[in-house]
Amino acid sequence: MTKRLAGALITSAVLTFGAAGASTAAECIAPANPGGGWDFTCRQIGKIMYDIGAVDKPVQVTNMPGAGGGLAFGNVVNERSDDADLIVAASTATTTRLAQNAYAGMTADQVRFVGAIGADPGVIVVAADSEYQSLGDLVEAIKADPGSVAFAGGSAVGGFDHMKPLMVLKEGGFTDITKVKYIGVDGGADAITQTVGGFTQAMTGDMSEVVSFLANGDIRVIAVLTDERVPGFEDIPTAKEQGYDVVAVNWRGLYVPKDISDAQFDEWAGKLQQVADSPEWAQAMADNGLAPFTKVGGDFQSYIDGLVADIAGLSKELGVTQ
Amino acid sequence: MDILANLAIGFGVALSPYTLFLAVCGCFLGTIIGALPGLGPSNGVAILIPITFTLGLDATSALVLMTSVYYGAMYGGRISSILLNIPGDEPALMTTLDGYPMAKAGRAGDALVLSGVASFVGALLATIGLMLLAPSLARVAFLFGPAEYFALYLLAFCTLGGMASNNQAKAALAACIGLGIAMIGVDSSSGLPRLTGGNLHLYDGIDFLVAIVGLFAIAEIFFFIESHGKGSSIGVKLGKVTIPWKDIMATRWTMLRASGVGFIAGILPGAGASLGSFLAYMTEKSIAGPKGGFGTGVPKGIAAPEAGNNSAAGGALVPMLTLGVPGSGTTAVLLALLMTLNITPGPTLFSERPEVVWGLIASLLIANFVLLAMNVPMVKIFVKILMVPAWVLLPGVTMISFVGIYSLSGSYFDLLLMIGFGVLGYFLRKLDVPTVPVILGILLGGKMEDALRRAMTLSDGDPMYLFSSPIAIGFWIAAIAGFVAPMFLRGVLKKPEKHPTDGPVD
Repeated sequence: MTKRLAGALITSAVLTFGAAGASTAAECIAPANPGGGWDFTCRQIGKIMYDIGAVDKPVQVTNMPGAGGGLAFGNVVNERSDDADLIVAASTATTTRLAQNAYAGMTADQVRFVGAIGADPGVIVVAADSEYQSLGDLVEAIKADPGSVAFAGGSAVGGFDHMKPLMVLKEGGFTDITKVKYIGVDGGADAITQTVGGFTQAMTGDMSEVVSFLANGDIRVIAVLTDERVPGFEDIPTAKEQGYDVVAVNWRGLYVPKDISDAQFDEWAGKLQQVADSPEWAQAMADNGLAPFTKVGGDFQSYIDGLVADIAGLSKELGVTQ
Repeated sequence: MDILANLAIGFGVALSPYTLFLAVCGCFLGTIIGALPGLGPSNGVAILIPITFTLGLDATSALVLMTSVYYGAMYGGRISSILLNIPGDEPALMTTLDGYPMAKAGRAGDALVLSGVASFVGALLATIGLMLLAPSLARVAFLFGPAEYFALYLLAFCTLGGMASNNQAKAALAACIGLGIAMIGVDSSSGLPRLTGGNLHLYDGIDFLVAIVGLFAIAEIFFFIESHGKGSSIGVKLGKVTIPWKDIMATRWTMLRASGVGFIAGILPGAGASLGSFLAYMTEKSIAGPKGGFGTGVPKGIAAPEAGNNSAAGGALVPMLTLGVPGSGTTAVLLALLMTLNITPGPTLFSERPEVVWGLIASLLIANFVLLAMNVPMVKIFVKILMVPAWVLLPGVTMISFVGIYSLSGSYFDLLLMIGFGVLGYFLRKLDVPTVPVILGILLGGKMEDALRRAMTLSDGDPMYLFSSPIAIGFWIAAIAGFVAPMFLRGVLKKPEKHPTDGPVD
């Protein structure tokens, strides 16, 4: 029986450390629990990198949840800033939090952003039986009575899902944005549940979160926040064509530690570009409601800097940060 | 029959020798993961996800393995609850209340078999419920808004007072400690950190597994050291394992009721198995009244939470599969697994991927029977794992606690926190303050607060919003009744006899 206990102990130890060990293979940190967008980024990109031969060993995925990605960010900055075998999943949420100083003072220039190779278009959704037929209806209703429409979204107050309708409203000339009701619930599906149940009037989230509800006929997407209509969803109008020039996508990409060499950085950028060009990634994007959005290497860093500055300015204006 | 045809598809997918082998492995591993303190179903399943990739399992095989582990862990959690007074995972918390006293009274074998049967009944009924009703039950989630959730959680807290057998004030104090701990972290309604001291590790709040392992397992270790093994729970003797038919028959209605309560709690997104076992226990306790002897080691006190938590585990699959909203922490991890297999749960899953859904249901049924076989005739195998001499077991428990907690976030901070909870647990026990309400406070407090804050946002701070639907009002009435009834009943019944059903029944 002692043997059995020992067996159990070894099993659990192997299982646990197996996920963290293996220092020679590349490691991808998903700064969240399994199942979210960051986890998806790590697992899909890691798998495709191995499948197409960009890396010679399978990429180890480590989940490091905490502080909305802040724990992983701090870990990379403070303890692994020269680890060339490390990539970390990132998205709009990463830059939003950096811009709002939600990572305890850490800043975007403490790591290097490699690139984004896909984006989840932002959407504004209402229940199928809602009285609001267009984005214009919704904006006018809020202008007339800010209390009449409550939004539900998967991010906390001040998060990117909250920002989306505020950006639209601002564009529509409504400036008293602190009056807009928003509740942050546990994920996009939960936000839809609240909206279909009639507790909130609209849902703000990402395209991938609403696809299966759309197919079922429970909801209507009244606007997608992209430049062009999204392939596969051609009947959904953009906010832009409805007169609200707002583009808000949740890009999926990677950052690496700051102190690796330029050659190492370029190597990761090359690998990421290979993934972006692969048919496997095209398939993964199609399966998960992502739209093509490829910015890799030096381009991306300047895009990030611009984005962080934009969001920081907006957050201040919105009163989310001081 | 549509359902039978679908089920045939499911068994066709799930019933190959290879998947059966995976089911047996999964059940065995799951039971061990459940039984070991510190490794709950959610991190157990999360740890095993990489294995499914390494083994290159296809979608169905991976699902069979994972759901077997999931159900196995729900069964296994009770073993350490009963034998060590340390819950193996959070839903097994309530089983300590009667399971451990029963084991101490020399009926550990009966308690294990009875709880195994109760687990089977709960899980089987829930799987059948999932099979027959899932698409229509999914609509239930649409009826629950912030006001309804708030009233539901309030109901749980209002019945807490009756939980501690001797001192209600201490139970209330313990619940308040739990609620206070639940406040730590980023407040989702304002996005601002609270009580974190600027420490990033506290931004997501305190994981209840850290609290459970600290308050129970680590505190137990302190006690063991202090008393040199004498005052400790570790080392309950297990006699011959026989099937206590009398207890099983006597608790049949309890099992059925608890399965119903647990299933409904499981369906509600976010409530999960812990609430299921808690509400099932409290329902049975109030039906039995003060004479039921709940808390002293009665069979019903074991059957109720075990049937409740296992049926809640099945119920939690309903919103996960039909809405993509996980009903509990473990289903959140299972959801992750499905997504990585390129299966997106949602309203169209049942029509678009019937082979996945029915394969899953068939594998749940298989896992259930495998688990019944493992947990009743073969329960001794698992018991032996926990029955090694204390000098082997304790370092083992300590090590698994540390490894399990470290695997949560890969940070030493959680380990320090766990030790802190151990110290807290030690002093609470010295002061005779029950620790179960602390955990419930941490588990449910944050969700209750979120529900209240959301309700207030939606209603512009109008408290009447909380009473705005029949469902909410129903919960309020039940909550008030649950709070007042024990005081009232005590007055009517005067002092109940000291030990109405104490001691062995047969």
